[in-house]
Amino acid sequence: MTQHRSGPEQARPLANVETTQAEAGGASTDGSAPLVEVEHLKVFFPIKSGLFFDREVARVHAVNDVTLSIAEGETMGLVGESGCGKTTISRAIMRLVDSTEGAIRFRGQDVTHAGRRRMEPLRREMQMVFQDPFASLNPRKRVGQIIGLPLRLHGSERKEIEPQVRELLARVGLHKEHVNRFPHEFSGGQRQRIGVARALALEPRLIVLDEPVSALDVSVQAQIINLLDDLQDDFKLTYLFVAHDLSVVRHVSDRIAVMYLGKLMEVSPAEELYTKPIHPYTSALLSAIPIPDPEENRRRERMVVSGEPPNPINPPSGCVFHTRCPRATDVCRTVEPPLARYPNGHLAACHHPMNVSPEEVKATEKDRTSPLSAGDELPAASGANGSGLGDGH
Amino acid sequence: MATDPLADQAALQGREAWEQEAERERAHGVGPWRLALRRLRRNKVALAFGLLFVLLVACCVAAPLWADRVAHTGPNENHLSDTIRVGGETKNVVGLDGIPIGPTWRGEFFLGADSNGRDIMVRLLYGGRNSLLVGISAALITTILSIVLGLIAGYSHGASDAAVSSLLDILWSFPVVILGVALGVALALDGVDIGPFSVSEDSLLIPIFVIAIAYVPYMARPLRGQVLSLREREFVEAARAQGAGPLRIMFTEVLPSLTSTILVFSTLLIANAVLLEAALSFLGAGIRPPNPSWGTMIDDGVDRISTAPHLAIVPGAMLVLTVLSLNVLGDGVRDALDPRANVRLEH
Repeated sequence: MTQHRSGPEQARPLANVETTQAEAGGASTDGSAPLVEVEHLKVFFPIKSGLFFDREVARVHAVNDVTLSIAEGETMGLVGESGCGKTTISRAIMRLVDSTEGAIRFRGQDVTHAGRRRMEPLRREMQMVFQDPFASLNPRKRVGQIIGLPLRLHGSERKEIEPQVRELLARVGLHKEHVNRFPHEFSGGQRQRIGVARALALEPRLIVLDEPVSALDVSVQAQIINLLDDLQDDFKLTYLFVAHDLSVVRHVSDRIAVMYLGKLMEVSPAEELYTKPIHPYTSALLSAIPIPDPEENRRRERMVVSGEPPNPINPPSGCVFHTRCPRATDVCRTVEPPLARYPNGHLAACHHPMNVSPEEVKATEKDRTSPLSAGDELPAASGANGSGLGDGH
Repeated sequence: MATDPLADQAALQGREAWEQEAERERAHGVGPWRLALRRLRRNKVALAFGLLFVLLVACCVAAPLWADRVAHTGPNENHLSDTIRVGGETKNVVGLDGIPIGPTWRGEFFLGADSNGRDIMVRLLYGGRNSLLVGISAALITTILSIVLGLIAGYSHGASDAAVSSLLDILWSFPVVILGVALGVALALDGVDIGPFSVSEDSLLIPIFVIAIAYVPYMARPLRGQVLSLREREFVEAARAQGAGPLRIMFTEVLPSLTSTILVFSTLLIANAVLLEAALSFLGAGIRPPNPSWGTMIDDGVDRISTAPHLAIVPGAMLVLTVLSLNVLGDGVRDALDPRANVRLEH
């Protein structure tokens, strides 16, 4: 199966960027190969209508050319407003939705279009925790059956399952005796612990966390996040942590990717994103985090973005954020900005970056993970007419 | 460990109280079924009517006992020229003017005789056997077919859904009775003979099959709708993420959530199937005379409704009792399983 990496499916998208294939190949031979690679992934949902035969009348551009990689043991935070495609990426990685274009690789194996049989051995290594702990547990099943299902699916004997389930329950902070209970007998936080135990059952490498705490009370959120943190240390887990709220991912993530309307806006080491947001959209998201201290709240400079995100059926031309961006100029409307490389592996797709020095802007290069449709205009070039560099302090 | 395992509850209640409560139900969680049973047990009316239905079934099952031990006659035995002694005087079972005897309230001809001199009580019990047998078997077949079709159509998008759904729509577009009469007459004309599988024209299998087919869309369509919404639920997606195949998901994840609907539906279906059987038999497309059934008995009785009204009223009353008891029981089961559910057989 590992031979698949040179298969025709992913050779095609790679051919567009000459250096990529060599780099990816080189990286996977040493130990630091990324666990998950998403390359130029596009997921479009067709909108069908018609009297007798369904014709495709439009497409929702849920994920529109995103390139990401997650290293083993890393926590990648993925944030954005609802509808920006972050959940769709996580589902595409789990093969719950079909990708339209691009490639998804797990440990170097192309799984973009893998069927159920081919995914079966990989399911052991990738699991998912769902957003809504009320909807993600079958109300008709006992906790033992819910947590035991992945074990049964992957060939454990019936007898072995129950002790394992008890162990898992204890590990996520529930009573061992809870095996025979039903989901409705638990609180939201406890149910999410059951969801975590189910994801943990097969001792996977990767756990995709799809807004695991956004349905929970704030006090319970902290408990679940601490639990996830402990489990990561104990089991050497890799997380893809999807959230719509930057304050939640701050403490758990190593790197954070910010998405808007199906595209990556900024990818940054976690702390740096909060101290030095480059993309205006990130800055707007940070301004939306409430600060409990009113003094401090009044002092901070807030970047407020009004309105709703545009319709993903027909995304704006150029930079997708230009319709709401206070810094947008003509170039933003026509040229899609590439992901430009800044120090510390910080990437941002903006013609008018914030919080960067003129030297840093001058030194940027177009990163190979940029969307294929992006132009070659780097911020430095547009900086010559003053609008980009003027804010770079 | 950094987190307190029980902090969720401990914050709300005293730890001790929670522990006691937990101890009681810890060993075996209280599942949705047990909760439903508790609720049903509180609904005395539904239970009473459920008991009535069980009693009716038991009586009909015991029909041969009454026939042999009490009435000393069979359901199809004519006593046109016989006489019996009632209250010291001798009476013709069927009078010279053709009017049959009314209820004697004794072993023989307990509820009187019909115009052929057959014992109505015996026929009522044997007829009930047939009616209930047809009704219950038809409801069972409808239920099984509906589950399979509903799951297939609801869970699989695309061609199989389109095929099953349009088939159901076509069936659904015919009024039940018209479809039943058409199928019943067509099949009963000279039986069914397909290869090794042959059914004689007076077999009970024909009305069972006809009624089962006629009601499939009324159950399969709502089930399909429910499956459509269930398949988008996160727990189904979770099962897929763990690698469960479509069959396993249909039968172990989706089906358990359908059971309450299925249970309520099949109770109501038995009532409707018994009614449809009566209607078809009344129209001559169901159970063939001289085999008794409540429908054929009403058919026999309507001709003499002015002179011997008990001929039609007695089987009609049985029909009403059966349908009523099943409907009340079905409503009770529905309330117990899911008070918000809106499960109805709509024609």
